[in-house]
Amino acid sequence: MLYFSDLLQYSDVFLSGLKTTVELTVLTTILGVSLGTLCATARQYGNQASQRIVTVYVELIRNTPFIVQLFFIFFGLPAIGMMLSPWEASMIALTINLGAYSTEIIRAGLGSISKGQIEAAKVLGLTFQQTLVRVIFTPAFEKIYPALVSQCIIVMLGSAVISQISVEDLTYAANLVQSRNFRAFESYAVTALLYLGLSILLRFAFNTLGKRLFAYRTSN
Amino acid sequence: MIEFSNYDILRNLLFATQWTILLSLAAFIGGATVALTLTAMRLTRNPAMQRIVRVYVELFQGTPLLMQMFLCFFGLSMLGYEISAWGAAILSLTFFTSAFLVEIWRGCIDTLPKGQWEASRCLGLSFLQTLRFIILPQAIRVATAPTVGFSVQVIKGTALASVIGFVELTKVGTMLNNATFEPFKIFTLVALIYFMLCYPLSLYSKHLEKKFNVSR
Repeated sequence: MLYFSDLLQYSDVFLSGLKTTVELTVLTTILGVSLGTLCATARQYGNQASQRIVTVYVELIRNTPFIVQLFFIFFGLPAIGMMLSPWEASMIALTINLGAYSTEIIRAGLGSISKGQIEAAKVLGLTFQQTLVRVIFTPAFEKIYPALVSQCIIVMLGSAVISQISVEDLTYAANLVQSRNFRAFESYAVTALLYLGLSILLRFAFNTLGKRLFAYRTSN
Repeated sequence: MIEFSNYDILRNLLFATQWTILLSLAAFIGGATVALTLTAMRLTRNPAMQRIVRVYVELFQGTPLLMQMFLCFFGLSMLGYEISAWGAAILSLTFFTSAFLVEIWRGCIDTLPKGQWEASRCLGLSFLQTLRFIILPQAIRVATAPTVGFSVQVIKGTALASVIGFVELTKVGTMLNNATFEPFKIFTLVALIYFMLCYPLSLYSKHLEKKFNVSR
């Protein structure tokens, strides 16, 4: 038998977990995409040394599990003198992780901007900044926006792992509740649905934002 | 207390790697089998079937793999179905893998022009014949690179099985860390072993992609 009503008294535990997950997601999305933009630009337009550094970073992160990266940052770095709180460690790990994946995605976008466009901008007398924003970044981001959104959602779902270093996120709440009332199935099922709702909501929010960001298309 | 030399650490980690590989293979085979079934269901153009596949994909792509593992491991046993960590890990990784593979393969099949289905129909080929002789040979060529690329995600996904107590590479890493208190060394080694498993696959996937683009 299933007893979902047993969970009602713990609704504030779930809510505070949900809050932590959302906070971390918003923060790491902003930081991670910024890091990705920086690295992608370095990889696409930088000198050989910076290209090589970015490649090593991206391949290292993309070919190791997130949980190992998290453990390395949380358990490994203090051994060489960098003490981090669980919250800080997860924020850094999530940012580095999203940074690597978004570098790959954004680079693909930058690669799709043909050299002629940049040259044309120069001929038309656009400043460096105008060229960067209007000719390179805006069309590049528009092209890869759906892939970037999917990656942000994957990172949000992956953040469930940070409960393992005792960050009090949504998964932590689920573990806490099931250890109190032994309703493991109900607790995890509700949490899974909350994550599902969160990912649908996030996709909706990103799509709305995308329509705003790339509105210039519809105006002409 | 037992002393662990570097050799002991490495030996234990490499031994555990076998379980990571085995779990990855089992999950990939299970996931591919389920994904194949779901792809076939989707291609039947029966609205009910297609809806089932869509809900399945949304459900398993929209929830964390860790939560699926908890549900399979703790949830099912609370409901009275005894399941081992090994069983729960395979079950949840199969769900996860199949949900993503179905989407990847859908994209590959959708890149083929619709006219091919219609032409086959006109030539009097049955649904299965169209699939067997027209669609699959082309779709497989498109699908190989992204499928190999996704196998990297499966290997990385197996690391989460450590959380439900399945003893594989990550779990042995944390156990060794508890015994030796050398987290920096141990997690570097663990990460390196994962890298050595995944990077060749990533490279191979990239290589296949290039080869395919040239031949087109």
